[in-house]
Amino acid sequence: MLMAAAACGSGDDTSTATSEASSSAAPGGAALKVGLAYDIGGRGDGSFNDAAARGLDQAVSELKAEKKELEAAAGETDAQKEERIRLLASNGYNPVIAVGFAYSEPLKKVAPEFPDVKFAIVDDDAATGENISNLVFSEEQGSFLVGVAAAIKSKKDSIGFVGGVDVPLIHKFQAGFEAGAKAVKPDIKVQSKYLTQPPDFAGFNDPAKGKTAAQGMFDSGADVVYQAAGGSGSGVFEAAKAAGAMAIGVDSDQAALPAYADVKDVIITSMIKKIDVAVFDFLKRASEGTVQAGKTVYDLKADGVGYSTTGGKIDDITSQIDEYKQKIINGEITVPSS
Amino acid sequence: MSERDEAAERGGGRPGAGGAGGFRDRLLGRVRLSGWLALAAPLLAVLFAALITSVVLLIAGSSPLAAFDTLVEYGSQPRTMAVILNNATMYYISALAVAVGFRMNLFNIGVDGQYRLAAVVAAGVGGAALLPGVLNIVLVLVVAVLVGALWAGIAGLLKVKRGVSEVIATIMLNAIATGLASWLMSNHLGVLTGNDLATRPIPEGSRMPGMELIAGTPKLVNGFLVVAIILGIAYYVLLNRTRFGFELRATGMSEPAALASGIGVKRMVVTTMVVSGAVAGLAGMPELLGETYKYSNNFPAGLGFDGIAIALLGRNNPVGMALGALLWSFLGNSSDSLQMINISKETVDIMKGVTVLSVIIAYELVHRYRIIAEQRRAGQETAASPAAEGAAA
Repeated sequence: MLMAAAACGSGDDTSTATSEASSSAAPGGAALKVGLAYDIGGRGDGSFNDAAARGLDQAVSELKAEKKELEAAAGETDAQKEERIRLLASNGYNPVIAVGFAYSEPLKKVAPEFPDVKFAIVDDDAATGENISNLVFSEEQGSFLVGVAAAIKSKKDSIGFVGGVDVPLIHKFQAGFEAGAKAVKPDIKVQSKYLTQPPDFAGFNDPAKGKTAAQGMFDSGADVVYQAAGGSGSGVFEAAKAAGAMAIGVDSDQAALPAYADVKDVIITSMIKKIDVAVFDFLKRASEGTVQAGKTVYDLKADGVGYSTTGGKIDDITSQIDEYKQKIINGEITVPSS
Repeated sequence: MSERDEAAERGGGRPGAGGAGGFRDRLLGRVRLSGWLALAAPLLAVLFAALITSVVLLIAGSSPLAAFDTLVEYGSQPRTMAVILNNATMYYISALAVAVGFRMNLFNIGVDGQYRLAAVVAAGVGGAALLPGVLNIVLVLVVAVLVGALWAGIAGLLKVKRGVSEVIATIMLNAIATGLASWLMSNHLGVLTGNDLATRPIPEGSRMPGMELIAGTPKLVNGFLVVAIILGIAYYVLLNRTRFGFELRATGMSEPAALASGIGVKRMVVTTMVVSGAVAGLAGMPELLGETYKYSNNFPAGLGFDGIAIALLGRNNPVGMALGALLWSFLGNSSDSLQMINISKETVDIMKGVTVLSVIIAYELVHRYRIIAEQRRAGQETAASPAAEGAAA
């Protein structure tokens, strides 16, 4: 009951925020009404969805946009995702943003029904259409850089990777990370583990599983673990703290997030995937009426991925990392994505 | 219902039983309520659920009236009715699979793994398009039924050969099914599109056609609704009109008694698990053959657990479970509409849980009332009869 009250209490805050936004937007008349559908985990996952939420919040404050956010439930069907996007579009929300490749098929069906609504989808380029903008990222390039950092910082020459769910998207993180580490130390040992297998997506939202997996890696000799596990990442950080080891965050600059204040000392860096920038860019273009359909790739060159230095744990090696970064941008290094 | 059946049903009730066995019999719907009591229990349950949900909503700072208003409005739109029916179809098939086991005191927690593994293999076979047109649909269904039956059969065999509890075995088999399905997808059946891994789509001629059942919406109702109704009738006939069904229920009520009356209990355990698994194999088919035409990373998960809740909601009764599946689907699908008025999606989960508990509590209360009323009546009759005799003398 208390938890429900707390959860809904926060929901209440958004309701007041929304109504304020709408009342302040009313005089202007032309304010954006943004609809956003989250992937599993939703706002508050401290990772992927939160990054999208930040972009949305920025649009609410800077563009005076009005927002409506809907969250996904575990185990739902494509038809239910379809209804979620349709509900937003049919209630006058335009643009509508779908967060996560799970919305690919549903969006493909809904977008043609609303030719005047601008849709954007994060992490997917399979759903295409005249009114669909695909915001995709080169996660492998950012992961390469934190792989470099992990390899240099590892004293035992043994590192680990924890993926949330065994899906192709997360394979990109793993591939880049391994390639980066091996570029520095060809003989480095890299352990990898995925928390769940699809269609069980609990691995993105289960800190206990993340903790166990990371503990296992630390026990068998690793001293740096990179996690691409959404909400399960906090478990990896806890395990690193308990083992006196190091961890690498993902998606957001996690050492700077209040949610991870307790464990920020073990987070040496985070692979930043600037979903917030992509979402805000899209919304800004929408407010200016300059939205472009089709794929926008956010890679190192476009500054769409990168690494964070919050906490100063890798300040001594940033020049080395930036050398690799430059080589990737120049095309001297091609990072594998699987 | 034959007299033999009546006797068996009553035997399960064990008059005045307040013990664990008595409660379980009442929980699983083996004891029937008659007359106005049969109506009172579900009404009481709905009242309970509405009351508790209102309290939760009030604590959360939302208006229960606004919430119920939204629910009614959501449920009365033609489009959402079709969506609700489509989801309920899957839930219902899953619940039937669970209920077959429940009636024999077998807890098939493994429906979840059974339908997922069945869906993967069936999707792979269907996508390969070995047979043309409708024949391919039949092939896909047969494969799904076989895989589900085999997977559940393992748990049945383990129980009779090695005495492994089917609860433990099916939970383990769920985990193995997940791993096996994932291996099949990444190494044999999966094709990568964008960031999603999916089987080859089932060709257009081999898909289950939708029905224009609800006026006012282009949304089609899944053709599997018909299959689900047939399965529901088959479930009723199998349990109430066949020797197998009688033996199944008898074994569920008392294993020693069944054994003493010559029922092969071990054979019954394996057969029941196989039947339960075969039905479970079909649970993913509405989605596969009627909606997405392929098994992907986004295939719905957890249907098996929804089935357990719905079997409890519907008290293993074919009509009760149909109502339960519709309610479950209605609540689940209303999540987005409630979020539109800023009620968090977790509230829906609370509502679902509260509904299951309300049904269990309401029925138990009504049963206890019935038992006490029967005892009082019996007491009055015994007290009255000597006096009557005395008067006659």
